[in-house]
Amino acid sequence: MKIYDLIILGAGPAGITAAVYAARKRLDFVVITKDIGGQASWSGDIENYTGYQFITGPQLAIKFQEHMDSFGIKVIMPQSAIEISRQEEKIKVITDREEYFSRAIIVATGKNPRLLSVEGEKEYKGKGVTYCATCDGPVFKGKNVVIVGGGNSALDAALQMVNISPKVYIVDIAPKLTGDEVMIQKLKQSSNVEVFNNAIVKKIYGADFVKGVEIEANSEIKELAVQGVFVEIGLNPNAGFASGLKKNESGEIIVDCYNQTNIEGLFAAGDVTSVPEKQIIIACGEGSKACLSAFRYLSTHSFSSQA
Amino acid sequence: MVVQVYSTAACPYCHMAKEYLTSKGVAYQNIDVSVDQEASKKMVEISGQMGVPVIVVDGKPIVGFDKMAIDAALGA
Repeated sequence: MKIYDLIILGAGPAGITAAVYAARKRLDFVVITKDIGGQASWSGDIENYTGYQFITGPQLAIKFQEHMDSFGIKVIMPQSAIEISRQEEKIKVITDREEYFSRAIIVATGKNPRLLSVEGEKEYKGKGVTYCATCDGPVFKGKNVVIVGGGNSALDAALQMVNISPKVYIVDIAPKLTGDEVMIQKLKQSSNVEVFNNAIVKKIYGADFVKGVEIEANSEIKELAVQGVFVEIGLNPNAGFASGLKKNESGEIIVDCYNQTNIEGLFAAGDVTSVPEKQIIIACGEGSKACLSAFRYLSTHSFSSQA
Repeated sequence: MVVQVYSTAACPYCHMAKEYLTSKGVAYQNIDVSVDQEASKKMVEISGQMGVPVIVVDGKPIVGFDKMAIDAALGA
């Protein structure tokens, strides 16, 4: 049975940075991930990552990948962990395809779009319901769409669609939109935008594809005839598989300032953790810190060769 | 073998899919559905859904960047 020094779960900014540090420490390690770049790949324009006055999310993600590839790091993809558990001196990772063992783990699995959890959402996923406005937006050219959410990513999606859709609805659970004022002002100047606050989507309906949504706005039921439903209601941490780890009320893994979780040898970094402020540059810093902590853990513990 | 990739410019999985094909030495036709409205309709028609990327290998559509499905289609 192969036992790695370290397994890094996830290859977003935190996981990739941890991998670069692990390669430089010459650890025997592997990265297991479902994709490369994580949320950075989905970001629009980035103007606050030091060293780049301007770079797009996908471009920065490609830079990260190139940096990782320059070390010849072993990446197992696409695989996702479904369970991790400590077994005496080693940690077992069960993925959707295989099993792996290591002495230390860094969980850097980030976050995933939050689901609406309403009737029709699953059925019409890909058939009008999308979680990546940046990706699929252009396919909805000439069609009416509803954006669910009121934060920056929702407003970003709305601004993308105002120029190509006849009608853009925004359904927001909050009493007023919470995104940046600059974006709200831009939307107010668009004649084809209609905003519903204190509103929720009750169900999504259609035939082969979405034909509309039923919403409840200020306790009044309404139907909106739309072909696209863009869900932009925030993110959930991908930590469900890490059942033994302590989490906060948002489901984020609790770490100390050394990125140590409540289980020895298990570290976590980036947006999946309780660390405040979800920023690419913070995730990178946390990834490096987690790797240095894991390295310290590995070098200050002796392991018998088998167990 | 004829390979087409229906994509949009800003979609990361489209980039990944195209890079993957290039790394395998597979030539493909890139179809940007954000500029070609007819192609966008055709993509929905052949794939039965509205998400990008759609990779078409010899007429058979694969939805999303599904490495294993792409490998299987290329190997066949």
